[in-house]
Amino acid sequence: MKRIFLAIAFAAVSTAASAADVGAGRYQSVLGDCEGCHGKNLAGGVELMTPFGKLVAPNITQDKDTGIGNYTAEDFRRAMKEGIAPGGKRLYPAMPYPAYARMSDADIAALWAYFRTIKPVRHVVVVNQLRFPFNLRFMMRGWNMLFFRPAPYVPDVSKSAAWNRGAYIATGPAHCGTCHTPKSFFGADTGLALSGALLQGWFAPDLTGDRDAGLGGWSARDVVEYLKTGRNGHSIASGPMAEVVEHSTANMKDADLQAVAVYLKDMPPSAGNGGGASGVEAQMKSGAGIYRMNCAACHSFNGRGDSVLFPPLAGNALVRQAGAQTLVRVVLAGSKAVATPAAPTGPGMPSFAWKLNDEQVANVLTYIRNNWGNRAPAVSADEVAKIRARHGS
Amino acid sequence: MAKLLPKRDAVIIGLGWTGSILAQQLTDAGLNVVAIERGPWRDTATDFNIAYMQDELRYAIRKELFLKPSVEAMTMRNTRSQTAMPMRDYGSFLPGDGVGGAGVHWNGHTWRFWSSDFSIHSHLAQRYGAAKMKGLMLQDWGVTWNEIEPSFDKFEYLCGISGKAGNLKGQIVPGGNPFESARSRDYPTPPMKMSYAPTLFAQKVREQGYHPFPTPSANLSTAYVNPLGVRMGQCTYCGFCERFACGNYSKASAQTTILPVLMKKPNFELRTECEVLKVNLSPDGRHAKSVTYIDAKGVEYEQPGDIVVICAYALMNVRMMLLSKIGTQYDPVTGQGTVGRNYCYQTGSGARMFFEGKHFNPFIGAGTLGQTMDDFNGDAFDHGPLDFVGGGGINCIVTNGRPITNRPTAPGSPRWGQGWKKATVEGYNSSMGFSAQGSSYPVRENYLDLDPTYTDRHGRPLLRVTFDFPDNDIRMSHFMSDQLEKIAKPFDAKITTVSRIKKGWDAVPYQSTHNTGGAVMGSDPRTSAVNKYLQSWDVPNVFVVGASGFAHNAGMNPTGTVGALAFWAAEAITTKYIKSPGALVPA
Repeated sequence: MKRIFLAIAFAAVSTAASAADVGAGRYQSVLGDCEGCHGKNLAGGVELMTPFGKLVAPNITQDKDTGIGNYTAEDFRRAMKEGIAPGGKRLYPAMPYPAYARMSDADIAALWAYFRTIKPVRHVVVVNQLRFPFNLRFMMRGWNMLFFRPAPYVPDVSKSAAWNRGAYIATGPAHCGTCHTPKSFFGADTGLALSGALLQGWFAPDLTGDRDAGLGGWSARDVVEYLKTGRNGHSIASGPMAEVVEHSTANMKDADLQAVAVYLKDMPPSAGNGGGASGVEAQMKSGAGIYRMNCAACHSFNGRGDSVLFPPLAGNALVRQAGAQTLVRVVLAGSKAVATPAAPTGPGMPSFAWKLNDEQVANVLTYIRNNWGNRAPAVSADEVAKIRARHGS
Repeated sequence: MAKLLPKRDAVIIGLGWTGSILAQQLTDAGLNVVAIERGPWRDTATDFNIAYMQDELRYAIRKELFLKPSVEAMTMRNTRSQTAMPMRDYGSFLPGDGVGGAGVHWNGHTWRFWSSDFSIHSHLAQRYGAAKMKGLMLQDWGVTWNEIEPSFDKFEYLCGISGKAGNLKGQIVPGGNPFESARSRDYPTPPMKMSYAPTLFAQKVREQGYHPFPTPSANLSTAYVNPLGVRMGQCTYCGFCERFACGNYSKASAQTTILPVLMKKPNFELRTECEVLKVNLSPDGRHAKSVTYIDAKGVEYEQPGDIVVICAYALMNVRMMLLSKIGTQYDPVTGQGTVGRNYCYQTGSGARMFFEGKHFNPFIGAGTLGQTMDDFNGDAFDHGPLDFVGGGGINCIVTNGRPITNRPTAPGSPRWGQGWKKATVEGYNSSMGFSAQGSSYPVRENYLDLDPTYTDRHGRPLLRVTFDFPDNDIRMSHFMSDQLEKIAKPFDAKITTVSRIKKGWDAVPYQSTHNTGGAVMGSDPRTSAVNKYLQSWDVPNVFVVGASGFAHNAGMNPTGTVGALAFWAAEAITTKYIKSPGALVPA
């Protein structure tokens, strides 16, 4: 009897002790947007198209055969921070271990405590569907030697606590650079961090202080509102960022969003988007007509959109990215904005692929990118044709 | 044999305006709700594509968003002595289909019926004596203005209605409708901007001593965030509302006001393309156990529920009750029975004026862009010396300036060829109109029942509509036509035409989709099918929500009152019924 009592008491203590960790760990999974790639139940299956072929996010539930139920805490820490799974298997940096390497061991341990509570789901995932020779995992040893510089986050004492918290989140668990930092031929970060990059056919926009393409025109409050609700007076999240907002940033603590905003707003401007289009009078004239007929009803004649629903195009940094891939895709395929508890509408833009030909899409986008004070490179019909062919619309 | 499904707290039949409001309110109260919708799922970006939504041929002529007679038809006749024949195509009225229902393709006129409507019998008896209503089955609705007013407010704020208060807590506000009943607060958004025709109308009728005001509109004058956090855009005045869905998120509908929130709720489920065949009652007929429905593959299911809410549109609500034996069929000979009685419609007439040298630009429009005067509506004027009761709102609305159907020509113009083309070009931009939306009052001989001959694709009897304009309403409408003529005179148009209604309702030309009654609310179970909370007198766990509950139809569009009744019924369920299931009013 006494023994049973003791056992119960012990169990109660250990559960209570880990409950705090589990809660903290669950929040780490929000910051890291694990669901974004590994799926709602973390059983994997989300496909990532990389320049090197297809990767499928693995099952990271506690299933012992098909998940990571056999990992120890140390196995997990190594995978997260060094990109090496048990048995020496090398991970691909689509799993953003170069960013997670900056996380503290305490945060990783909390995340593991949370993962231990995840319901095991039996689900076999064939992760590595890359083309030869990229499918040879040992090659990642060389990649890591060349490009991977694991370093824990070191606070910058010259900056505020909020700035440091924001830098830690943005460059660590939230791994913003995985999409927003330009990549080299080898898929490694290159150039100015967060200055915008093409990824899976979307152009992840410039987040630096650049006034044309970056967040130069946004206040810290705008940044917080966007990450919290998926929209603000400048823009509305759609495409892959819609998922990031839904699963991750909308659920972050306000203080953390504020910190991320402080950090992003302190970024020096990038080299810009390549400047405005010139010598494109014919495109601009044609684009103006197409805009009036097809776009103005929602985005309004003056490009200011609608105060609560439709994003403005005037002064919208997303419109002025160096690469117009996202814009072309949205015009061709349409787009559904994120719906969050704070902004549940999730308005959609319909597809125009059936109505506008490549030249018309190029002309209207060139017009939008270079009107109402916007400046960005022209869009060509060839560029539109390629994207249309790739995405089958 | 139907597959038996797990029981839900509430089963809602139909996910249009009323079904969506009920689902939203009931799930908010924690109930586990399933909605079963006969038509397809529809959403703005995917189905109401702004890039082709203004396709008049597809939507207005071929009626893509409407109920098809192959799915459900009805039979029609003017009198009991005739044999009703099935409609081959919907004409006089166009019921909706699919998620959002008729709320997808409405114009957006959002009225509140008046205090004197809810207590119409008491009001008219007191002012003129009961004999004034001879031959009419006018009766009080069982609910009072003070009870229902907050529900109107909820519906207006859900939709973001654009308008101007005329009676704020008893204070008459200049520029609004002085005849409306006291409202607790102003409309959530300001009136729409007026184009030339309604501006001219307002000026001319004001000079004649009348009281024009901006028609309360569900086409929003400004962007709006509703109490659920759902956002709507500003109307672009494209003029494609009636028969069309809005591609701009600017016309209130279930899609633009509720569904973004409702569809995400874990305690709500929607099953589309599933047609409810009937509500199944317990052997004593006093309790609804479940509904039987058939899905798109033809598989039958039985869905049990503690509460069944019928939200299928006025006419379909009545048919569902009759098919399920909820209540007793009304008999026009004996006057016994309640389901099917007090069927009412709308009694319209119009004026059109052709000018020289005026340009109205009717392509700038919206379903509710206009001005109304209620000086001859309801009992706003003295009927003492007149030989009728009722009246109508006079509306000058600019919408539907579309190329195929909007071809006004002056009388005497050629009917075809070059001359006709010339006349349509002249008539399009230089003419304007206004119309009287007349009330429709119940009589013994206008009613709904099941057709003895014709059946639907599942072998169920069709609904039979027996209707003609009552003599009272003909006299009322002729009076309204006289007023239209008088009002039109000072406009000094080159030519003015005014229509006059005739006996012999014709089901073919479009008139109005404002079908009301058949399962009316009231305080007497001998003359009403549902009590003041829209709860069936006979089967207390069934609520029947919609214009079927109207004891008469006023000279106003019904949707505002339909929305208010939906909130009213939802409140009764969530605050009264679930605490103590059973009859909320002793029979």
